[in-house]
Amino acid sequence: MLTSRRQMMGWAALGAGGLALAPRLALAQTGGEKRFVFIIQRGAADGLNTVIPYADPAYAQLRGSLAIDVADATRLDGTFALHKSLAKVGELYASGQAKFVHAVGLPYLSRSHFNAQNVLECGGRKPYELNSGWVNRLLTLLPPGKGKAVALASAMPMAMRGSMPVMGYQPAQMADPEDELLQRLSGLYQDDPQLHGLWEAAVDVHAEVSDIRTGRSNSKVGTLAGTLLGKRNGARVAMIETSGWDTHNAQNAVLTKSLTILDNLISSLRDALGDAWKDTLVIVATEFGRTAAVNGTGGTDHGTGGLAMVLGGTIQGGQVISDWPGLSPSALYENRDLKPTTALDTIITQALSEHYGWDPEVASQTLFPRT
Amino acid sequence: MDAAFALNRFGLGARPDEAIPEKPEAWLLEQLDRYDPRPRSWSVQRPSAKIIEESIGLRRAAAEARGKKRQVARRAANRLALDSYNAAVTDRAFAAIETSTPFVERLVHFWANHFAISGEKGSVRQLSGAYEVEAIRPHVLGRFEDMLVAAEQHPAMGLYLDQTRSVGEASPEALRHKKRKTKKKLSIGLNENLGREVMELHTLGAQSGYSQADVTEFARAITGWTVGGYERGPVQDPARLGAFYFHPGLHEPGVRQVLGKSYAQTGEAQGLALLRDFARSPATARHIATKLARHFISDDPPPEVIEHLARTYLSTDGDLPAVYRALVEVGADAAAGTVKFKTPWEWLISSLRAMGLERSDSASFVKQTKVAVLMRDLGQRVWWPGSPAGFADTASNWLSSEGLWSRARIAQDFVGMTGRSPDPRELAAKVLPGSLSDSTREAVGRAESLSNGLALLLMSPEFLRRS
Repeated sequence: MLTSRRQMMGWAALGAGGLALAPRLALAQTGGEKRFVFIIQRGAADGLNTVIPYADPAYAQLRGSLAIDVADATRLDGTFALHKSLAKVGELYASGQAKFVHAVGLPYLSRSHFNAQNVLECGGRKPYELNSGWVNRLLTLLPPGKGKAVALASAMPMAMRGSMPVMGYQPAQMADPEDELLQRLSGLYQDDPQLHGLWEAAVDVHAEVSDIRTGRSNSKVGTLAGTLLGKRNGARVAMIETSGWDTHNAQNAVLTKSLTILDNLISSLRDALGDAWKDTLVIVATEFGRTAAVNGTGGTDHGTGGLAMVLGGTIQGGQVISDWPGLSPSALYENRDLKPTTALDTIITQALSEHYGWDPEVASQTLFPRT
Repeated sequence: MDAAFALNRFGLGARPDEAIPEKPEAWLLEQLDRYDPRPRSWSVQRPSAKIIEESIGLRRAAAEARGKKRQVARRAANRLALDSYNAAVTDRAFAAIETSTPFVERLVHFWANHFAISGEKGSVRQLSGAYEVEAIRPHVLGRFEDMLVAAEQHPAMGLYLDQTRSVGEASPEALRHKKRKTKKKLSIGLNENLGREVMELHTLGAQSGYSQADVTEFARAITGWTVGGYERGPVQDPARLGAFYFHPGLHEPGVRQVLGKSYAQTGEAQGLALLRDFARSPATARHIATKLARHFISDDPPPEVIEHLARTYLSTDGDLPAVYRALVEVGADAAAGTVKFKTPWEWLISSLRAMGLERSDSASFVKQTKVAVLMRDLGQRVWWPGSPAGFADTASNWLSSEGLWSRARIAQDFVGMTGRSPDPRELAAKVLPGSLSDSTREAVGRAESLSNGLALLLMSPEFLRRS
């Protein structure tokens, strides 16, 4: 089944580079004022447990204790199922407003968060090649006055930096430290008798309060973005940062939490956009995927091929798009990772071109210059 | 001495744009020749007399106005106190972030904390920056005695420790007051607050063996030391509005007996003679040596180091650079195996230095981020220790769960605050030369995002301490 599927969808192999091979995403031409939201998942989100390839015979074995049974997930098609924490995203899929693109990759393969995030955000061929972001360059393609942009982040993200003005908005002043930071600090202080106990006490005290606060503040970010984008003469392009994806240890609980937060964020964004949702395109992407196999600490390590999501009222038809490479030992990239078979930038270019009615070839020269 | 020790224990932490000193001791000592008492960051600080003049004007206007106008005037006076304070905290921070003489800037912070004022009173708060610029910075490389006099005679100190309220019991003003037949009489008399703290905190030290009588006598000797605009009784010298001056009408006449010695001087000279003797006392030498050793060597400094520094102090007549040289000389050996946990101020300043912050391109940081607010959140309000003893200089005072948590919250936001996003992997080796641990290097490299990588670096065990 997987093979036939692959033959059916033979497009956009990584490295082939030809946009002619890019899939049509079938976005609606709605006629309203277009909105675009880019949600970045910093830390390398685990695509394999988000959109689960349950029909791949190697999946359950590789994932071991982390493997998710299709019965505990939302079946998307004959091959893939969705993590149950993405319940509202699943509803979007069911109503034809979500597509998942599996086994995507960047033009520069690196297992370093910083390098890969730089490539993902700048759109260059290698890290630090460009010093502006593709979302900022996208603004140059919009009619004058129609490209108000906002970044909901404490610092201006690289993808939003460049010559076009972007408003920064920090949702919560002095938020509590992110879970990733907490865990890594716990690791750093572990052998430090002076710091260890004090730090663990601080984490304990704040854990309960922050759980509640995180859920609330993430819905708040979505609502805020939706409100800013929904307004007449408001922002038309937004970027939102999410974190908590670097699941090296005890992944199940962490991923469940991060996906729940993402799910709340997307649904609150949709709700706040109201009628404008039909004119909205949302792309969710991460810098790379995670190892195909579970590691020794109930988590996964830095991998290669990942997952992207294309959502919004502008999407017609739920679909998992993938030139699925398979998870058999010989199919894995460097014997450990899902092999990327689709270039993420072609997906982004194609989606944006269909959304805005651009010629993909022209748009790609601005968004992902390859010369 | 290795570079890490010089940069962190004696300096304020490395800046990525500055070379790692090849000869750490020489690097520290040559700073004594390059120090600028009035660097660019402090160039706009208004003199204390001007601030006091404006503030008194606003308070008077408030007192004379009625209803809403009074409220407006009162608010303007409060605003002045707060704005002056906030601006000065930022100026102080940038002087420290940008300086190329971090050892001497650290000494400025040390002495400002030794001669601590505290911002509870608006009248003191608004003078914080002017106090440091006028009383501390010019004398940090001079003689202790000169700094002592400058600090005790500064309006901020006079107001903070109630010296402006102190009137000699047998002074002309007190006698006149007694004769006056009014129903509501203000009490008028001696206030020992400044006198006691000079002896206990600024010079001799609490355990040095003076008596209550000594304190009272010294307090009497400095009656008449006042600030124009705040005098008890009639103004002696209207031209000195906002400035320190000696008011003979408030001074206790007569010879004073302090620590077994008679002081027959008259007027201002009497108090000055006492300060001079305090400054030259072995008790003061020991007190100062202990505090310096605690700051630079360890929370529990070795007695022989204290002894050595005290001897240097006494043999040079309180020449501070001579004491600093002695400290640098013995520092590395004496401090072997010790750690100093950074105070919130030290941590924030070293972090912003590590970020390579510069005032010229930090307009938004200055505008949006109040260093004063960050320091409040970190639990160490600048110039606001809440006590004339100043902030404690030992780890036990700063090591706490909440303290670490606040630092982590702020560390996570440094990229957003400063608009700078240096690669933390490159930065790590530059700002922790010789002290970067493998586990920190690894954690920084693996962080989920650049801002978390930076936060990890600045929250690493080695960065939280002055190696």
